[in-house]
Amino acid sequence: MTMLLTIALSKGRIFQETLPLLAAAGILPVDDPETSRKLILDTNQPDVKLVIIRATDVPTYVQYGAADLGVAGKDVLIEHGGEGLYEPLDLNIARCRLMVAGHPDHRPQRSRPRIATKYPNTTRRYFADQGRQVEVIKLYGSMELAPLVGLADYIVDVVDTGNTLKANGLAPLEHIADISSRLIVNKAAMKMKHARIKTIIERMAAAVAA
Amino acid sequence: MTTQDRWLLPEGIEELLPPAARRLERLRRELLDLYARWGYELVIPPLIEFLESLLTGAGDDLELQTFKLTDQLSGRMMGVRADMTPQVARMDAHLIKRPGPTRLCYMGLVLRTRVDGFGGSRSPYQAGVELYGHRGHESDLEVLTLMLETLAVAGVNEVHLDLGHVAIFRELVRLAGLDREREALLFEALQRQALPEIRQYLAAWALPVPNTDLLLALAELNGGTEVLDEAELRLADAGRGVGEALATLRRLVTALRQQWPELPIHVDLAELRGYHYHTGVVFAAYVPGQGQAVAQGGRYDEIGQVFGRARPATGFSTDLATLLLLGSTPTTSGSGIYAPSLADAALDQRVAELRAQGERVIRALPGADVEPRDLGCDRVLVRREQAWIVIPLAEAVA
Repeated sequence: MTMLLTIALSKGRIFQETLPLLAAAGILPVDDPETSRKLILDTNQPDVKLVIIRATDVPTYVQYGAADLGVAGKDVLIEHGGEGLYEPLDLNIARCRLMVAGHPDHRPQRSRPRIATKYPNTTRRYFADQGRQVEVIKLYGSMELAPLVGLADYIVDVVDTGNTLKANGLAPLEHIADISSRLIVNKAAMKMKHARIKTIIERMAAAVAA
Repeated sequence: MTTQDRWLLPEGIEELLPPAARRLERLRRELLDLYARWGYELVIPPLIEFLESLLTGAGDDLELQTFKLTDQLSGRMMGVRADMTPQVARMDAHLIKRPGPTRLCYMGLVLRTRVDGFGGSRSPYQAGVELYGHRGHESDLEVLTLMLETLAVAGVNEVHLDLGHVAIFRELVRLAGLDREREALLFEALQRQALPEIRQYLAAWALPVPNTDLLLALAELNGGTEVLDEAELRLADAGRGVGEALATLRRLVTALRQQWPELPIHVDLAELRGYHYHTGVVFAAYVPGQGQAVAQGGRYDEIGQVFGRARPATGFSTDLATLLLLGSTPTTSGSGIYAPSLADAALDQRVAELRAQGERVIRALPGADVEPRDLGCDRVLVRREQAWIVIPLAEAVA
C-alpha cells in the first residue's frame, strides 16, 4: 500500500535552507516555488508532494493532517502551542532570536505597557511568567513602526541581524527564546506511516549533524 | 442578531437531517446489540450533575471542557457531561457494587466548551464500554477487541492501532527521582517527541547515567512491534514494573496478531494520552486521512477510589458522528408503499396489516400533490376487484 506523503513548507528562507536537507532524504522538488504558480509541488518521488503555504499556517496544516510533515520556525510553534504535533528534529536553520525590543531609554507612562507583536500568545505568556501585566496589540507586520508612532511601548519580534531595529533607533532589550526551524510531524501520520517518516527523519538528522 | 442569521447554530453544534439521522440511529442500535452480545449492560448517565462528582479524578482537561451552571434549587454548581467515562465509573463504584467484573456500555450526547480537532464538534455522540474489576491483560484485550469490532460494524476500514503503556514513563520518572516540575517538563516534551529539548533537559539535570539513558530510550521507542524487542533490551535494567508493562504489551500484541493478522500495530512507549488518569495500557485507532484518533481507550485503575471503591478498570470510547462520516454503513434506498387517502375500512385494515409486517406505508393526504417516488416509495396500494393489493410503482404508472 503506497500512501501519499505531504510536506508543508513556507516560501523564502525556510524553503531554501530546507532543500539540501530534503535532498539528503532523497526528495527533490520538480518545480521551483519562486517561479511556479502551483501550490502543490511535485517531487522526484511520485508519492511525495510539497505544499507551499504561509509560515504561520504550517503547524495548522500538519496538526489537522492536511500535511504529514512540515518545517516551521520555533517562534511559530511556540505561538501555535504545538498541539497534535511531534517536533522530533531541530533543523538548525533559519536561526534567530525572539526578543523584546524598544527604545533603550523609553519609560512607559501607562501602568500596563503596550506590546505590539504578531505573537500575542507567546508575548502574554512571557510577561505573565515574569509577573508583569501588559496589553498586547496584534499586528501583522512592520512591528518596528509601532514604538515610533506611539502605538506601543515595546515590540516582541524575531531578531536576526538587528539591522532593522538599529535603523529605526530601536534595540533588543530582553531575550525570550532562541529560534530555529523544526521538522514537525502529524501524530496520526507518525503512527500510520511510521517506517517512511522515520527514515526521512533519520536522513535529515544525519544531514543536520554533518 | 439580524433576521438573516437566526438560523445559525453555535460553533461546533450540529443537527442531523434525514437520512444521516437515520443512519446514526441504525449504527447506535447495531452497536448496542454488539455490546449486549458481549455481555455489556447499558447505563444511561445523567445529562447534568453536580460538578464535584462529574469532575472527580478526571483532571484539568475535563474541567476546561465542561459547561457549568448554577443549580437554582441547591445553589451548587452543576456541569453538563463532557465525557461519560467518570460518570460510569461512579455508577460502578457507588451504585452497582458487584463483587466480580462488571461490564457496562453507554451512548449519548456530551457537550464540550471547546471544539477539539478539525471542524470538530462540541457535542459528540459518545459511545463506549467499560470493564471493571479485572486487572490482567485479558480484560484490556477484550475491550481492545471490542473497539476494533465497533469500527468494523461501522464500516471503518484501514484501521491502524497504536499501543502504549503509561506505567513505563511513571516508573522511569520514579526511578530517576524527578520532582513534579521536571516530570511535567519531560512529559510535555515527550508529548511532542521533541528530542532536542529532551536531550537538553536530561543533560541539564545531570541525572545518573543509567536514568538518563532509560528516559532517552523511552523517547525513541516508537515504531512497529519490533520496538518491543528493542525495549526489552534497552529497558532491561528498569526494574520489575517496567518489565511487567512490557510483558503485558507483548501478550496483547501476540493475541492481536492471532485475531487480526492484517492489523497494522504501532507501538509508542512515550504515548501518554490521558496520563493523568490512565495507569496502564493505552490504545487508539487511527485511519488514513484523519489527523486524530477515531477511537481511544486504556486502563485506569484508580478512578473508583474517590467514590469509595478503587477498582481496576479498562475501557474505550468513540464518537458515533465521526464513525458515521468515515464508515461505509449503507444508506438503504427508499422502500415503501404509497396508499391512497380514501375513507375505506378495508384499506385501513390492509395498511395496518402491512405496517404490522414491518412495511413502511405512507398514506396520501387529500389535496397534496406528491410523487410517491419522492417519498421513497417503490410500490403502491391499489384496489383490484374489491381487494387492496400492492403493485410496483412502475406498473401503476403504466
